[in-house]
Amino acid sequence: MDTPPPAGRPRPPIPLVTAVTAAAAVTAAHAPAAGARPVNQPLPFGPGRTGRASHAGRSDLAEVMAEVAHGDKQAFSLLYDALAPLVFGIVIRVVRDRSQSEEVAQEVMIDLWRQAARYRSDAGSVTAWAATIAHRRAVDRVRSAQASADREQAQAAREHQTAFDEVSEQVETRLESEQVRRCMRGLTELQRQAVSLAYYRGLTYREVAEALRTPLPTIKTRMRDGLIRLRDCMGVTT
Amino acid sequence: MKQDHSDLHTLAAAYALNALDPAERQAFGDHLPQCQACREEVAEFEATAARLADAAAQNPPPMMKQHVMAAVDGVRQLPPRVPGTTQPAGAGRALRRRAVPLALAASVVAAASFAGLAAWQNRQSEQFQERALQAERRLDDVSAVLAAPDARTAHGRAGNGALTTVVASERQNRAVFTAAGLPAPAAGMTYQLWLDHDGTMSPAGFIHRDGTVLLDGNTADAGAVGLTLEPAGGSPRPTTAPLLLMALPT
Ligand SMILES: [Zn+2]
Repeated sequence: MDTPPPAGRPRPPIPLVTAVTAAAAVTAAHAPAAGARPVNQPLPFGPGRTGRASHAGRSDLAEVMAEVAHGDKQAFSLLYDALAPLVFGIVIRVVRDRSQSEEVAQEVMIDLWRQAARYRSDAGSVTAWAATIAHRRAVDRVRSAQASADREQAQAAREHQTAFDEVSEQVETRLESEQVRRCMRGLTELQRQAVSLAYYRGLTYREVAEALRTPLPTIKTRMRDGLIRLRDCMGVTT
Repeated sequence: MKQDHSDLHTLAAAYALNALDPAERQAFGDHLPQCQACREEVAEFEATAARLADAAAQNPPPMMKQHVMAAVDGVRQLPPRVPGTTQPAGAGRALRRRAVPLALAASVVAAASFAGLAAWQNRQSEQFQERALQAERRLDDVSAVLAAPDARTAHGRAGNGALTTVVASERQNRAVFTAAGLPAPAAGMTYQLWLDHDGTMSPAGFIHRDGTVLLDGNTADAGAVGLTLEPAGGSPRPTTAPLLLMALPT
């Protein structure tokens, strides 16, 4: 009834489609499956990705955020430009299906507007706040799809295996940030896979343990150690 | 299974990666307000995760911005959360009024479409307050649909070039309609919305300018949304060719 279609599968075409919907459907149909993208292929629209929110003036964004919290739509337009690539990027990594990712990313951006007054600069940067909301929504979408009846255990297992196979090279080659790539390489194999499968694939650590055929306590430890190592390597401060 | 306390302290990383099971997430969320160390760790891990997100950044389709900008017209912003207190309902309401009067006013015009910001000056008028309350309820309805877990989105383009979005929640039996780039209608005409029930079009309200409106009527059993230009005041049935007929997202 209201169960969403399984993640990763394009929706069936709608009979009454208009031009835009049809165009979007074509795009989705032609979009390469995640992992099928050739190595090092540049992502579309080079500029914009370089205006990276996390490096470009955290205090600026916090000021913009304060104006958004007072209902300023021009400020929200700035905020959108600063954050939409990050939001869309992480959502499509986790959700994978393009049209569903557009929906989720759109919901996230609207949610940033709704929740603007709840952002507190002492709890972290605007970017971290937005990334947290975006990742959470993406994961919710994937898991609600997983919970739906037409998703069988075997299918799930197969996807985990695929995810496992894909992740290593993807993480190395498809990340935009040299620093993140370098820090990822500084992790042990298991640490890197645990962090990547959880964050970029939206798996719970139980699912990570199954996918990597590794005991749960080990995964817990590796995930934690991996994130600590990344944090230190990137010099993250809050 | 009850987590012991020392166990909980080790969950910050999995929490920040959204990798906990619902029960553990709940347990750790309950633990956080009591543990400064875990709060700091979560903040650092979330900042680390944000770097991972940033490294995966890619530009969304340009159309998405128009849809989002139009949609937020109809979305009321939440009031700030006052740390350490649970707000009584009355206080929350007062706070919200202070915090976002302009946004609320703009949204009311867009969503409830009764004319005249000047009316906002007239704070004594009971009739006005009643209308404002109605408008607020409509805004809550719009926000509820947009935030519904089962919300589904479809995009379209009307014959006059306007970009349109329908967000429908089957569970709530409601849908909202957003237009961006809607040309002003000719004098004496108005944009009217319709719901298609097996070929029969029933009136579903009006949209006067760019923004977001809640569709009138039950949407769960409707197949499509239509848009026509009608003489001011609207028509019981469409009298002009539809500018748009788009399937409701399922
Ligand atoms: Zn703790």
